[in-house]
Amino acid sequence: MGRRTPLYDLHVAAGARMVDFGGWDMPVGYGSQIEEHHAVRRDAGMFDVSHMCTVDLRGAGVRPLLQRLLANDVGRLSAPGKALYSCMLRPDGGVIDDLIACYLDEKWFRLVVNAGTADKDLAWIKEHAKQIGVAVVPRRDLAMVAVQGPNARAKATPLLPEAARAGAAKLGVFFGAAFDDWFVSRTGYTGEDGFEVALPAESAADFWQALAAAGVTACGLGARDTLRLEAGMNLYGNDMDETVTPLESGLAWTVVLDGNRDFVGKQALMKQRADGVARKLSGLVLLDRGVLRSHQKTYGPAGEGEVTSGSFSPTLERSIGLARLPAATDGTVEVDIRGKSIPARVVTAPFVRNGRAKIEL
Amino acid sequence: MSQIPADLRYTKSHEWLRTLPDGSVEIGITDHAQQSLGDLVFVEVPEAGRRLAAGDACAVVESVKAASDVYSPLAGEVAAGNPQLASQPDLINRDPYGEGWILRLKPSGGGAAETLDAAAYEAALAAGG
Repeated sequence: MGRRTPLYDLHVAAGARMVDFGGWDMPVGYGSQIEEHHAVRRDAGMFDVSHMCTVDLRGAGVRPLLQRLLANDVGRLSAPGKALYSCMLRPDGGVIDDLIACYLDEKWFRLVVNAGTADKDLAWIKEHAKQIGVAVVPRRDLAMVAVQGPNARAKATPLLPEAARAGAAKLGVFFGAAFDDWFVSRTGYTGEDGFEVALPAESAADFWQALAAAGVTACGLGARDTLRLEAGMNLYGNDMDETVTPLESGLAWTVVLDGNRDFVGKQALMKQRADGVARKLSGLVLLDRGVLRSHQKTYGPAGEGEVTSGSFSPTLERSIGLARLPAATDGTVEVDIRGKSIPARVVTAPFVRNGRAKIEL
Repeated sequence: MSQIPADLRYTKSHEWLRTLPDGSVEIGITDHAQQSLGDLVFVEVPEAGRRLAAGDACAVVESVKAASDVYSPLAGEVAAGNPQLASQPDLINRDPYGEGWILRLKPSGGGAAETLDAAAYEAALAAGG
């Protein structure tokens, strides 16, 4: 048996199919995954993401610590509440995890890290934090609910505690704010507008049920995966891990190499950039019937590649994927799908944002 | 709970069989199988005329989550693949024992996999099969 979130009993009572995810028993879906997906693109859906780990970093040295630990530069965060997406790297440039860092004040940053990597992340962060006198506090006392979709904020805002409503309604994109023991951020993993709400575990069931009563559709990890894939967002463990760098993972935009700032992995990335990055992560659209899946091989004039994430796109009604390809790959590749060679077009992700197709079909 | 019609035969790999009046056998996947797979998005059915041995992979059903082979429980020649499934794979989700049939087979009498009646299939499911 895996770990359970504070919403576990509600998922089971709703008839969810539960699966293991990063050591947690999580709902993969409550009925039709495609209907859950469409609810988020067209209206509002909610996800139990309590398995993700919130980590508070407190101390005067917190900004220098994160400037050392993260490939993106938290030095760019000047407005309180502003959040930033970054990879945390090994000295050789391999990706330990990807995370969100939110700047709250000069002595307080809040991170959200992946469930399956939380233990190694915490060990790595603590090792660096103790030298600099920053306290590392995992917040396992918090649940987290993501409410996503064009109507998500309108439906969720009135259900927040009174003290949070006005502030949450004013949050800009990629900003977060603490309201007593609740924390609301305008972030997500679907390519739609919405909130991620961290709240005391004992308040989670009431909030979830109030959202359901307001017409927010409960969505499982299955829909979460097709939504993030359409949005062109990487999944740690699929699309990148410790054996690849952000430059090979479509994440060069999250790496700040300019300037004097030294961060773990910088030298390796500088060398890789100077030598030429041999592989890239690209989007694929399958041109014939079938479904792209991770680990399928691709073939093209520039060499072989591999699908890292693949599924059926409910919005585009065809199969899409992400693949690690030779950097020179262009045009189309052939994908080995169950022994058949099926052509796929190489495209730039995202595939879908805010309910609309972002690629030509 | 999944539906298990009493008048059909079943396999442990979650196919169902229905003998038609002309002696051919209609084959599909069970309600349990479609529920486990989730929303189907792609189905590949065999061409008429293809000869199958019992246990041959004869169709592919692919959902958002996963691809799965369908195995022929009998030896025989394919009489028809369901032409509706190319454009409406979700017929299998909506009506697994009716409009969601996958293929019809003319048995050759050349061998058959073990099949179960409804009660035995239900017991196999209950046992985690």
